[in-house]
Amino acid sequence: MQLSEAVGPSGQEESIRLQLEDLWRPFTTTMRADAMGNLIAMQQGSGPEPRPAVMAAAHLDEIGLIVTQIEEGFLHIAPIGGTDRRVLLGLEVLVHGREDIPGLIGTRPPHVLSAEERQKTVPWEKLFVDVGLPAEKVNQLVHVGDPISIRQPLLTLENGRVAGKAFDNRASVVALTLALEELAQREHAWDFYAVATVQEEVGLKGAITSAYGINPQLAVALDVTFGKQEDDSKIGVFELDKGPTIGLGPNFHPQLFQRIEATAKELEIPYHLDPTPGASGTDAWGIQVAREGIPTSLLSIPVRYMHQPVETLARRDVERTGRLLATFVAGLESSYRPGWEDEVDETAARSDQ
Amino acid sequence: MNLGLLTQLTQAFGPSGYEDKVRALIQEHVAPWADELRTDPLGNLIAYHRGNGKGQKIVLAAHMDEIGVMVSHVDKEGYLRFTRIGGVYPLHCIGSRVRFADGTHGVIYLEHREDTSPSPKLTQLYIDVGATNKDDVPVSVGAPAVFVRPLVQQGERLISKALDDRIGCYILIELLQQVQDSPHDLYFLFSTQEEVGLRGARTAAFSINPDMAIAVDVTITGDTPKALPMAVTLGDGPAIKVQDSGMIAHPKVRQLLVDAARKAKVPYQLEVLRGGTTDAAAMQLTRAGIPSGALSIPCRYIHSPSEMVDSEDVANAIKLLAAALA
Amino acid sequence: MKHERLVDILQSLSNVMSTSGDESEMRRALRPLLAGQVDELRVDSLGNLITLKKGTGESQLRVLVTAHIDEVGMMVVDHTPDGALKVQAVGGIDDRLLPGLNVCVGKEQLPGVIGIKAIHHSSSRERLKAIPLKELSVDIGAENRKEAQRLAPVGTRVTFSTQAHPLGELIAGKAFDDRAGCTALVALLHEEPFPFDLYGVFTVQEEVGLRGARVAGYAVAPAVAFVLEGTIADDLPKKEDVGPTSQIGQGPVLTVMDRSYISAPWLLRYTVQLAEKLGIPYQFKQPGIGGTDAGAIHLTRGGVPSLTLAVPCRYIHGPISLLKPADLEATITLTSAALRHLTAEQLANN
Ligand SMILES: [Zn+2]
Ligand SMILES: [Zn+2]
Repeated sequence: MQLSEAVGPSGQEESIRLQLEDLWRPFTTTMRADAMGNLIAMQQGSGPEPRPAVMAAAHLDEIGLIVTQIEEGFLHIAPIGGTDRRVLLGLEVLVHGREDIPGLIGTRPPHVLSAEERQKTVPWEKLFVDVGLPAEKVNQLVHVGDPISIRQPLLTLENGRVAGKAFDNRASVVALTLALEELAQREHAWDFYAVATVQEEVGLKGAITSAYGINPQLAVALDVTFGKQEDDSKIGVFELDKGPTIGLGPNFHPQLFQRIEATAKELEIPYHLDPTPGASGTDAWGIQVAREGIPTSLLSIPVRYMHQPVETLARRDVERTGRLLATFVAGLESSYRPGWEDEVDETAARSDQ
Repeated sequence: MNLGLLTQLTQAFGPSGYEDKVRALIQEHVAPWADELRTDPLGNLIAYHRGNGKGQKIVLAAHMDEIGVMVSHVDKEGYLRFTRIGGVYPLHCIGSRVRFADGTHGVIYLEHREDTSPSPKLTQLYIDVGATNKDDVPVSVGAPAVFVRPLVQQGERLISKALDDRIGCYILIELLQQVQDSPHDLYFLFSTQEEVGLRGARTAAFSINPDMAIAVDVTITGDTPKALPMAVTLGDGPAIKVQDSGMIAHPKVRQLLVDAARKAKVPYQLEVLRGGTTDAAAMQLTRAGIPSGALSIPCRYIHSPSEMVDSEDVANAIKLLAAALA
Repeated sequence: MKHERLVDILQSLSNVMSTSGDESEMRRALRPLLAGQVDELRVDSLGNLITLKKGTGESQLRVLVTAHIDEVGMMVVDHTPDGALKVQAVGGIDDRLLPGLNVCVGKEQLPGVIGIKAIHHSSSRERLKAIPLKELSVDIGAENRKEAQRLAPVGTRVTFSTQAHPLGELIAGKAFDDRAGCTALVALLHEEPFPFDLYGVFTVQEEVGLRGARVAGYAVAPAVAFVLEGTIADDLPKKEDVGPTSQIGQGPVLTVMDRSYISAPWLLRYTVQLAEKLGIPYQFKQPGIGGTDAGAIHLTRGGVPSLTLAVPCRYIHGPISLLKPADLEATITLTSAALRHLTAEQLANN
């Protein structure tokens, strides 16, 4: 889970990608970064040629900030991805200028504001990053367009829970790493592509292009979903430490869903069902419609306080997700292709004749 | 600055989906300089410069289309109701004139309304073509129109309708003449339907399948009264895109443009745009992904009938791009 | 195709339950209707039913005609302790129409109802407010959560339960968006071969974002595409002098520009001229409203000139819509003519 402390706002995933390459190298047959910066690792299967391919994608990027203007040594900022400005005040950050410069996020004090202003969240144009350096020095070191990442150490809570930044979606990157590790020791007929995708938070971009490039026969996206928390327990939130969620709905191939659910039962891994009537908002949505269409599924790890620097999850859910994915992949027979209910009766009718 | 050409370009009729006249005009100007010219199924014009076989395959894109309106209903009294083609703001419309393909002019005005909220809804506006009743209206439902506003030069500033993105088309036309010795395979893409969702560039990039793509378009500035923080100023040089709401520029492309600016000794600015995007966002997602970026011309009052750019920024953009492609 | 047969097919397809992502039953209903009429038939990885009707060989064009087989509906997402089903919309559903409806739940087609608090217990403020879907629930008679979970697990589809029937000079039924288009496409595939290979594709997931058409367009890679639809007719009396979107009885509705695409001007012009020459009525859809599969198809690969022809229908996306068979017939006639007159030269010249 140390990966959560690594720096990787959307579009700036290179440094974390390099770390991940080292982590993945022992388990992969080939590895490359594509034009967008996706890390694509392949673990060759043992089935006969032409071997089908299954792709598992977890996004590497995290939300962050970017410098929009420099005024008297203070930095004006804007979000990269869906950053929640309500949680920014008082945070420590790292400005990735000519060199990495620590800073913090401030705004004018409450004492000088009207009562009305104090009740509102601070708008973007009134938030500043303060790096504690004279203006001339700042102008030398920082430019418009430099990315800023949140600094937040990993925190261990009770009962195997951990808290930190960027669990969306480093939790899944860890799960994917666990699957790679497990599959390196297990026989699997299919080629397995582990893909750490870029720029998910700004529009599923890495998933769209990597799915086109790999053109797999099947895909599984890994992401996080909303954990049940004190102030949010409605539909679409899931208890921590009760396993990953499996998506069902138009974004997911029904037979692939059934197969993954069956695998979870077989492994006695607890899981939740996540009914999704339309866009899933994950890489799965981009992957499914690449080229001629790709049967896609989604596993998500429940996380509390999404897009905040204190995202919280249960470690065991990450391990379960990795194990579920690995067993699912290992179980794919060379000839397996998900089909459709009506095709089954069609073949049955034909063989009756 | 070739004001004659820019006047022709900005005044040509070309709302999204109906770019024929702009295309014909550009075709005439690029034909002598292009090794090949073609128009694709969505109406994109692609002018090709053959390199020496050692360079890269690069797309440079500027969109031919402009925002406009389309008639959605003709009422009994002969007033027209309309829908927008691209990002048309109701506030800009009141008192504006529009012109249809057949030359008919209309005035847009606001019906009487009880609520006094500052921005009316599009449905509260109508076009008056001077008709006395329904049968007297020379255009019908589905007819597109563009705003009317001439090109004016005042000092270094240029003011006109449709500088978004005829200024980009202008730059590419001039650029093509200057890069005749470029080692790269260059595809000058005059794209269609950018204003309605980056549509032309998307399909054109698929067929060209380049190594790199650069859009040349306009961007907003932070130098007007009470503007939101934005470090782009009119006249301070072309802006090299870092990020906008549709795309994060590929670092390689951004660096190429920065290096070119230094080489050509032209001023440049870095651009982080909160709202809006360019054809590069669509080209980036083509096939397995194409490293993409954009060079922006700072422009005030984008999507109003009176867009304003600086002619020095335009000249510098041409120099910068020529250096990048040399 | 004979009038009676056409109406028969429309009514039978209208009765099929097929929400986005869960279209097996439409494919099942279409297979016997297409048997012997097409040369190839396959289902792709999203569930699109892709058929090929080989041409006479006169022309090398490859043309795509689509109609979508999904419909708007709901999906079970949770259960209450007293056995009611909580649902979310699949596609754009009009919440105002739901109270007081009969619905059909799951593959076993369990009947269910959507009721609201009695008028006696509703405050005058409550009576003015449309109730959002998340405050509604479906009652299938289950006594508790366990029973509800067993009968209608999470992910179960919920659809309108209307059975199609004639109403005056019109036909009433659910899901005419886009069973009208599906019926028209079936009729076209029953015709004599066209000069070129015609791909008739029954697409999935239109209502959740033109998903099926996107991959089918990529797979078929056509030179031209026609999209057959059932579209909005807002031709009820109203005080304001505003457009009706389209009108029942005025013939096929041609799209100039909607929110998803702009019709290739030459293709639209060509189709209009043909309609005028052949005396087929037609109307333009009020620009700027709605979107169709053409929005996805025209952007596939290097671009595909596309045109949507639609049957005007009142009350689409609700439990019961109305259309006039003559409009459906004219849509088929015009599409058939547009296909049969299409030449490679026209494409090359535009
Ligand atoms: Zn533009
Ligand atoms: Zn439809």
